[in-house]
Amino acid sequence: MKSAEPAALDAFEAALTLGDVKGRSPWEDAWHRLLKNRAAVISALLMGMMILVVIFGPMLSPWDLDYTDWDHTNSPPSLANGHWFGTDAVGRDILVRTLQGGRISLLVGVVATLVSLLIGVTYGAIAGYYGGVTDRIMMRLVDIIYALPFMFFVILLMVVFGRHIVLIFVAIGAVNWLDMARIVRGQTLGLKRMEYVEAARACGVENRDIIRRHIVPNLLGVVMVYVTLTIPQVILVESFLSFLGLGVQEPMSSWGALVNDGAQDMESAPWTLVFPAAMLTITLYCFNYIGDGLRDALDPKDRL
Amino acid sequence: MAGQLLWLLPLLLLACGGGEDGAPRDRSLSRQPVALVLDADGRPDPSVLAAEQVLHRGNGSEPQTLDPHLAEDVPSANILRDLFEGLTSEAPDGRIVPGVAERWNISRDGLTYTFYLRRDARWSNGDPLLAEDFVWSLRRSADPATASTLSNILLPIAQADAVLAGTEPPEALGVSALDERILQIRLAAPTPYLLSLLAHSSTYPVHRASVERFGDKYPRPGNLVSNGAFVLADWVVRSKVTLQRNREYWNDQATLLEQVIYYPFEDQSTALKQFRAGRLQWTHEVPNNQFQWLREHYAKELVISPWMGSYFLGFNLLREPFIASPQLREALVLAVDRTLLTEKVTQFGEQPSFTLVPPGIGEYVSPLPEYASWTQEERNVAAQALYAAAGYSEADPLRIEIRYNTSENHKKIALAVASMWKQVLGVETTLINEEWKVFLQNRQQKVLTQVFRANWIGDYNDPFSFLEMFRTGHGQNDYGYSNSLYDSLLGQIAAERIPARRRRLMQEAERVLLEEVPIIPIYTYVTKRLVDPHLRGWESNVMDHHYSKNMYLLRSQSVTDAQL
Amino acid sequence: MRQQSLLRHAGQRLLGVLPTLLLLITVVFFLMRIAPGGPFDSEKALPPDIQANLEAKYHLDEPLLQQYFRYLGQILVLDFGPSFQYKDWTVNELIAQGFPVSLTIGGFAMLLGFLVGVTVGVLSALRQNTAADYATMGFAMLGVSIPNFVVAPVLILLFAVYAGWLPAGGWDGGWRSAVLPVITLALPVIAYIARLMRGSMIEMLHSNFIRTARAKGLPEWHVILRHALKPALLPVISYMGPATAALITGSVVIERIFAIPGLGSYFVQGALNRDYTLVMGVVIFYGFLIIMLNFIVDMLYSILNPKIRYEER
Repeated sequence: MKSAEPAALDAFEAALTLGDVKGRSPWEDAWHRLLKNRAAVISALLMGMMILVVIFGPMLSPWDLDYTDWDHTNSPPSLANGHWFGTDAVGRDILVRTLQGGRISLLVGVVATLVSLLIGVTYGAIAGYYGGVTDRIMMRLVDIIYALPFMFFVILLMVVFGRHIVLIFVAIGAVNWLDMARIVRGQTLGLKRMEYVEAARACGVENRDIIRRHIVPNLLGVVMVYVTLTIPQVILVESFLSFLGLGVQEPMSSWGALVNDGAQDMESAPWTLVFPAAMLTITLYCFNYIGDGLRDALDPKDRL
Repeated sequence: MAGQLLWLLPLLLLACGGGEDGAPRDRSLSRQPVALVLDADGRPDPSVLAAEQVLHRGNGSEPQTLDPHLAEDVPSANILRDLFEGLTSEAPDGRIVPGVAERWNISRDGLTYTFYLRRDARWSNGDPLLAEDFVWSLRRSADPATASTLSNILLPIAQADAVLAGTEPPEALGVSALDERILQIRLAAPTPYLLSLLAHSSTYPVHRASVERFGDKYPRPGNLVSNGAFVLADWVVRSKVTLQRNREYWNDQATLLEQVIYYPFEDQSTALKQFRAGRLQWTHEVPNNQFQWLREHYAKELVISPWMGSYFLGFNLLREPFIASPQLREALVLAVDRTLLTEKVTQFGEQPSFTLVPPGIGEYVSPLPEYASWTQEERNVAAQALYAAAGYSEADPLRIEIRYNTSENHKKIALAVASMWKQVLGVETTLINEEWKVFLQNRQQKVLTQVFRANWIGDYNDPFSFLEMFRTGHGQNDYGYSNSLYDSLLGQIAAERIPARRRRLMQEAERVLLEEVPIIPIYTYVTKRLVDPHLRGWESNVMDHHYSKNMYLLRSQSVTDAQL
Repeated sequence: MRQQSLLRHAGQRLLGVLPTLLLLITVVFFLMRIAPGGPFDSEKALPPDIQANLEAKYHLDEPLLQQYFRYLGQILVLDFGPSFQYKDWTVNELIAQGFPVSLTIGGFAMLLGFLVGVTVGVLSALRQNTAADYATMGFAMLGVSIPNFVVAPVLILLFAVYAGWLPAGGWDGGWRSAVLPVITLALPVIAYIARLMRGSMIEMLHSNFIRTARAKGLPEWHVILRHALKPALLPVISYMGPATAALITGSVVIERIFAIPGLGSYFVQGALNRDYTLVMGVVIFYGFLIIMLNFIVDMLYSILNPKIRYEER
């Protein structure tokens, strides 16, 4: 990557923005670059395994999520009693709870990110495309909202409307769209000066269609990077809410909730912390590495 | 690369666990106190006392106020007991002993109390403490303008209800000064527990001149004039409250501690770690799940004792499916295995409970329901029969909600109860965790609730404190319980002044109540905390009231002591 | 010319502060009032007369709009009113006591995050794609991969309970009680800044003007410190605004675990206890702070970056 000639870079950039060029497509190029990034590849494999385990693991477990095994409360990990990751204070199996918690955490991460994506991309694309006064007003609004202590709003929303998993998605998603809007707007500003967009406009294609057909698809790269880097943040936000006791309802759980419970009993029952914490950390690491890898691959200027 | 680092993490965490080698390398464990030596008066010999008599007490959370008439929370009450003294006070074991009043007379009808105040009672600024101070203070406490939230403590006093409601001026309260140092309190009904009410912060005297001068800023360091064994020296919000020995206190020569510092540690893990680091000598509580661990590592420091409180779940009797089905409620009560709950879940020696009133209140003994003597298997069989009789089955199970407010302990209890109901009866339970204010509102509105978390810690040392909240229309009656027989029994109890007869009436009332199953008794509380073995001069008591004025610190064993 | 446009830009931004604050006040005010339960609900239900007395005392018996305008009037004279929960104190006093603590912890965490983050980022960039680079960046990533409510108790166990070097919590104003909270709070900041810095530094090192500087035969450290560092710092500086918000969020956790009397937990406590005035006070105070910080960062960015054109923004 370091040895890439500036001219080649320019050509690549042009190709990337223009979309379909014959021959080796920029997506293929990016794909090859990504495959060369060992950390990203390992992370992606790990993540794939993690997702499979989290989805199918609970189905294979002999224990129910809310089954309390009174004969083995606070049991350390043991093969003999069937609780491989041990049990919590009321005898619930940590393994199945960790997997189930993973479902929730990943779900929150993905759904909340998609919510923010939807709002952010739409908002940013509109602002960037129309430009002028519209843009100025819309971006002023983003600046204003940006200045608010937003975590406070999430807390307030949870307090006002009660703890419901849908609310968690929406609340976190509603906080995170600002960055997306800014990035997308910047990209759109550049894109709309491209010849093919101007050509489309000259042909009388409606603005809505131009945004949908030409602008949004070309934002894909930056959006992918953003998504993979936002998911871990969202998962952390959820764990923060769990720390405050505003997370998901029992008997459901999330990694954040489990880690928080485990952290209370770090010394007396380390297994309640170690397993969920390890899963959480591995996941966050993986997403970060994948995100970095994607960014390097899609933007060959060797940026972070 | 990523893989290698990832493996490090669990190892790191495990290494921090410190569980492998057993004993944690804590600072507090390396020091041991010398043996206690008492002098001729039964007081600790000066030679065994620590040079620095400063007590660091964990206090659970920030006191809401240090105005005794506004305080309603436990942390405030703890500090106020050191700062102020009422007409009566409590001994380390919880017995009522003379406070500012050195003796008193009770009229034959039990309606008039005459208190004789100590001649040497003074305020911390040197002003004499007179009967007139109490008259003014009690009126202030009852005055609606003060907006005290615990002023119903004063209700036994004549005319208090009218004063609280604002229909009579505070001057109408049945309190008068017969002399500089003689105070008379007239009651609306004989109240055997009046003397314990007079050790409550709502009845403490406050210094009139300071209150009038500083208004809302009265309870501040420098402004607060008090009459207890300590005075307020410093208060850094959410950091610490520092009390200094009060040289003007009438019994100051008996005080051994120079300073008491209260810390508002809310997170009990933090308090535990501070204790282990040797920076606290008394914690407010201990973390919930760690009984085994604490017993292994802190056997000497861990203090567990019964507390005057009951933990139970409530039924909303105004909502289906509980409106007219004592059978169903009975089935749910029977299916809860209290022994399992207390042994496996709460763990700290809480006692399984089958009644409302906890044991240990005077000579009162609660009437046990029949099933208390059964085995759990017998109860389960009976529960299944009642459940079926109420029209539920495996195919058509009962579906209900348990509501509780955010707390590790409530969560575990709710989970366990739901699990037992499922395992014994097949009930499908949904757990609903609400934050505190939402929970309170739902509980009081009695519209959404079905089964909900409840508990009661006695306000004063009398079963009536527990029984009265089931009166029809009572503010704490979140159960929608209403029974005219029960209400009339409560009326009789209030008017009765012969202790044995009063106790029988209370037993009758509790029996009537339990027969209708408005609650699921779970356990009676214990207090659980860590206390430095160097700290002496305190005893466990059911009220969990501990006055710092009786406490002192022993010095540590030096190396030579240990060799002897 | 340039100065003029800078000033005009600054003026525009400052004009935006008031509507932002007003929006903030309005939203939080009404959100708090919608929340179920009131400040005086407690385990022991109050007799109706006393409840009425309390509400009258705090003007909660007035129509909501009237309360809102009364509150706005109070804000104009910077009076946040009495706290419902901490009855002996006004919100102004609570903020005055809590903010210096928050500022100390947050300020040092930011400083530490900045210094360590920039250093690590630059060093990593200079050894790009070596084992050392991967190791340091991997380690830095720990800061955003382990929740701080796990890091904090681990640090307490190691340094307070086992080693006994530092207090396990509490706040006495001394440096000892600040060490662990500052480190915990700084870890995510270090992680973010290190990654940002590494990225922008690498970009800088490959830029033409650095190549030119190198070609002139300037010593490497000179090239890095005098030429590459300043422009590479730009993304880090624009991160300072969001970083402050992140620190405030983080401080909620830190304050609770370390029992530190800062401002962050007032918000959570206040929200849970329906302490309307306290919540409003903290939100407005923090809102204003973040707005001003963003403004300063924005100006700093403009001054450091000669290429910026305001018309585009």
